[in-house]
Amino acid sequence: MNETLPPEPNRLRTIVPSALTLAAIALAFIVAPHLYGNRSLLFSMMTFVALAQGLNLLYGFTGYLPFGYVGFFGTGAYATSLLVLHTHVPAIACVALGGICTVIVAIILGPLLRLAGAYFAIASLAASQILYNIFSNQDLASVTGGPYGLKIDQVYNPTASYFTMLAIALLATGLAAHFRFSRFGMALRAMNQDPTSASMAGIDVVRQRLVVWLISAGVAGLAGGAYAWNLSVFYPDAVFTLQISVFAIVFALFGGVGTVLGPVIGAVVLYAIYNTVGISAPQYFEFIYGLLIVVLVLFLPNGLMSLLTRRGVRVI
Amino acid sequence: MSSEPLLELDGVVKRFGGLAALDGVNFTVAPGEILGLVGPNGSGKTTAINVISGVYHADAGSITFCGRRIDRLPAFRRVPLGINRTFQVPKPFHAMTVRENIEVAAYFGAHTPVDVDAVLEEVELARHAGELASGLTVNQQKRLDLGRALATGPKLLLVDEIGAGLNPGELSVVATLLSSLAARGIALIVVEHLLDFLNRIAQRVMVLNAGRMLFEGSLEDASRNPDVVAAFIGG
Repeated sequence: MNETLPPEPNRLRTIVPSALTLAAIALAFIVAPHLYGNRSLLFSMMTFVALAQGLNLLYGFTGYLPFGYVGFFGTGAYATSLLVLHTHVPAIACVALGGICTVIVAIILGPLLRLAGAYFAIASLAASQILYNIFSNQDLASVTGGPYGLKIDQVYNPTASYFTMLAIALLATGLAAHFRFSRFGMALRAMNQDPTSASMAGIDVVRQRLVVWLISAGVAGLAGGAYAWNLSVFYPDAVFTLQISVFAIVFALFGGVGTVLGPVIGAVVLYAIYNTVGISAPQYFEFIYGLLIVVLVLFLPNGLMSLLTRRGVRVI
Repeated sequence: MSSEPLLELDGVVKRFGGLAALDGVNFTVAPGEILGLVGPNGSGKTTAINVISGVYHADAGSITFCGRRIDRLPAFRRVPLGINRTFQVPKPFHAMTVRENIEVAAYFGAHTPVDVDAVLEEVELARHAGELASGLTVNQQKRLDLGRALATGPKLLLVDEIGAGLNPGELSVVATLLSSLAARGIALIVVEHLLDFLNRIAQRVMVLNAGRMLFEGSLEDASRNPDVVAAFIGG
């Protein structure tokens, strides 16, 4: 690999806005609990920031849309909880190890990347259902709790799990910034546009795609672990529900995939609307939410960020 | 020109189901040589390019480059060895700038430092460097394809129908550019239907028909060969 030319993209133009974005997210979620009492909502919002960003890493930069993304989230939740139950490792370390376990599952599922487009999306969905059926299986109840789920209330710590989730959301956003502005990201953009041409540019398309798949899975696994820690008691349905995948996809698309800020804004705005409308006017919730998504698809197919890029504003 | 072949194909076969797109093809290319690859549609020219560049793997036979067997190597591993190509329909990275298209190849594909600006100048795209590749004309996109290949420092360049759709002035510029690359020692295999264009640059042509080698020699001799004439006009 050529280590001298060409130069890295202008660091001042990339690192400063990325650092400011991370600082703004951190500040917002550190201050918010002091201004708004519903910490549970803030925690869920951060969870979806992490998941939308994790999905963005894969879909936004390689074009592979994992409908079954929730499979990694659920695996992380279970792996973390089982580690808490069967080891004496601190909960935060169990979250990290749970992320690693999820990466191992992603390695096993790596052959899915041989598929593309709708076939990959459906296969990933099927894989998540297989994982769900393994963890919720009555015959494995002695290990996984089966359909009754797991309880790790001995390590319940809402404050620590809140800040752990914040760290994961920041990590995912930092990774998105790295993907957006590094040479690695440049290779991903090239692969996403034309894998054959990318190969002829000397890019190991299969390897790079696998790396992104594992990173994306790791983010979901970490988020699942922190989520389980925060809940402390959960059923398989709570961490394997398809709604988690759907939300991550819609939030990322709403903000704008392939960007750093898009999934963050998408998750914060849509999750806030989801809660506001869902509480104040539950009878109209699905109608309003559906209408919003239809309007987005029709008028902003590239997400909210495209409102700025259309006007020549450089966004990250 | 060195007597040692840079590239050697020996009995290369490529099948698609029951169809042998290449059926025991043998030929060599020397450093700095321009070899024209001609034949009617479906004769296997582009398949040959794909097999040499690693986009397809040969089902049988061997491909040797710089004395090393490369037929099992994936395309991205052949690039730093010195093999690159252009495409019949140009395939730039549309959402990237012209400069980024060159930079990505220079960074990932070259084994020695490459002057990106010099490549842009060489393919006459320096003044478009900041523009998105999607905004280029087809002729410019073909030159960008060529520039991206040059950015990897190739010893062998596979050029697939670069002349198609170009006007005489543009053809002349491309012919001069390809000749200058050969003069620098880069070997070229040029797939082309425009025989006048090929006649200007190629020392030797190879005629393929139904995946088999039909003729090898000068273009002038090829045009007098009855088998070649029959293959082209269906006689």
